[in-house]
Amino acid sequence: MSLDTLPRATRSNHRRVRPPGRRWASRFDVKGMPYALVSPYFLLFAAFGLFPLAFTLYYSLYDYDLAGTTEWIGLGNYTALLGDDAFWRAVINTVGMFLLATVPQMLLALFLANALNKRFRFRLAIRMSVLLPLVTSVVAVAVVFTQLFARDWGLINWILGSVGVDPFNWRAERIPSWIAIATMVDWRWTGYNAIIFLAGMQTIPRDLYEAAAIDGASRRRQFWQITLPMLRPTMIFVVLNSTIGGLTLFSEPTTFYGGNVDGGSQGQFQTVAMFIVKEGFREFDYGYAAAAAWLLFLLILIGAAINFLFVRRIGGTK
Amino acid sequence: MTNWSPTVFTRVMLGLAVFLSAFPLYWMVVIASRTNSDAVSMPPPLLPGGNLGENIVAVLNNEDAKFLLGLTNSFIVAATVTVSVVIISTLAGFSFANLQFKGRNVLLVLVLLTMAVPLQQMGVVPLYRLMVSLEWTGTLKAVILPYLLNGFGVFLMTQYTRQAVPMELVEAARVDGAATLRIWWNVVLPAVRPGMAVLGINTFMLMWNDFMWPLIVLTPDNPTVQIAITSLNARFSTNYTLIFAGTALSIIPLVAVFIAFGRQIVGGLMEGAVKA
Repeated sequence: MSLDTLPRATRSNHRRVRPPGRRWASRFDVKGMPYALVSPYFLLFAAFGLFPLAFTLYYSLYDYDLAGTTEWIGLGNYTALLGDDAFWRAVINTVGMFLLATVPQMLLALFLANALNKRFRFRLAIRMSVLLPLVTSVVAVAVVFTQLFARDWGLINWILGSVGVDPFNWRAERIPSWIAIATMVDWRWTGYNAIIFLAGMQTIPRDLYEAAAIDGASRRRQFWQITLPMLRPTMIFVVLNSTIGGLTLFSEPTTFYGGNVDGGSQGQFQTVAMFIVKEGFREFDYGYAAAAAWLLFLLILIGAAINFLFVRRIGGTK
Repeated sequence: MTNWSPTVFTRVMLGLAVFLSAFPLYWMVVIASRTNSDAVSMPPPLLPGGNLGENIVAVLNNEDAKFLLGLTNSFIVAATVTVSVVIISTLAGFSFANLQFKGRNVLLVLVLLTMAVPLQQMGVVPLYRLMVSLEWTGTLKAVILPYLLNGFGVFLMTQYTRQAVPMELVEAARVDGAATLRIWWNVVLPAVRPGMAVLGINTFMLMWNDFMWPLIVLTPDNPTVQIAITSLNARFSTNYTLIFAGTALSIIPLVAVFIAFGRQIVGGLMEGAVKA
């Protein structure tokens, strides 16, 4: 605003009165300083982003063994992985737990956000309490849930028992273990995603709803016909975020098995991230782990693309 | 506006959400304040007992767990990463939002792309080998360095600076003869302080909770708090009160931060979500 009120002459005057020795400095200030300000990020990116990515590719083409010898094997690690039942088991576990966690989580978060969008007392307190799970440390939460899901003294089996359901051996069986882990993930992230959805909902103009109400649209119809389609950009953000987080799941299943990356006695809840850590840092097969890391990245790209296309279709009539 | 008042169903749902969010934390306190025989009794205890102080002292005095060291280490790691990420992101965000330079858009897209790569999972092997060759494994340096790179921070601060600092303000300061860094200090910093707070709190929480990388690169002798809980859990797997007292200790700093800044966190999250 003050730019417009200043006469042009004043500006050029400023340039003229500057002492000549400072000309180089001021040139650098305009031309060079913008780069200098972004350079710390890009230097760090080169050192701790680009370098590890490139070297992961490099390692993935070599065979490492415990004795420390290395041998170029081309795509050998990749073909070995694609034929490795343990790797496929980890992929299926990861995708299975991701679906089991994400589908209910998105639905719950949407309905919770819709509820949070009403007018009621203690609004801030309620919003804060649904965010509470996010600020609790993930290992602590996994420890608590592991105890809640314990076979003999767990609260959940006790509740099930009191309504006549036989106790589950949550950790020993595949699907029950996935349910337990998905519960931990959902407990942590549903409230957070609801808050993000709520933010998106509040940008939807209210007159849209008023017009719809005048036309006689029920609340339920308003939700499906207005809220959901208008929420699509937020939903893309949330779903992509959950995809990256869900497919790199590590802390909850690891803690569920006492800090061990085996993921249960049969590997029934070992995720790909745990598989990478096991191969790389327990078997010291760096090449194999590096190749698995690239395949994990590929899995994330596929997952992100599928979810992106899926979300774009939601409420696609608009 | 009657349309916006909650129905009974909505009220019940909200109550349930609050209950479910709080219950595991309540349960943590219940077990942490009991004795071991209570923790494995049927039906499970639902009210806190009187042994909380005793159990916490037991955790802190446990030689194997190194819990106090874990808490200190986590604080050092989280604070260092938070301060540097906030400074780096605020500088870069100012440059991207308010300055003109060749290649700006290309570089900004590059930042966005780096956000999509889960670097800490993808690059574990070379990062670990790097730390081994520098002889930094087992030290906090090894935990801190890979996390100084934070594309989300740069993106968030770019978006925030764009809306908080009008271009005209920067131009006016330049006309008055202020150098770029002076503009950053006197004009930009005061305006983007709320954005910095959100980024700072976010980063602190992420670092406090970080698990996979410290598990690989640290040893139980020099743990972060998450690693300390894990070794407690592995070594004393049946000593529920000890483990739960540890978990309760590990979340106290976060809950304190959350209660102190709850309004800003909720507000910042919602603002950030819409801007992104």
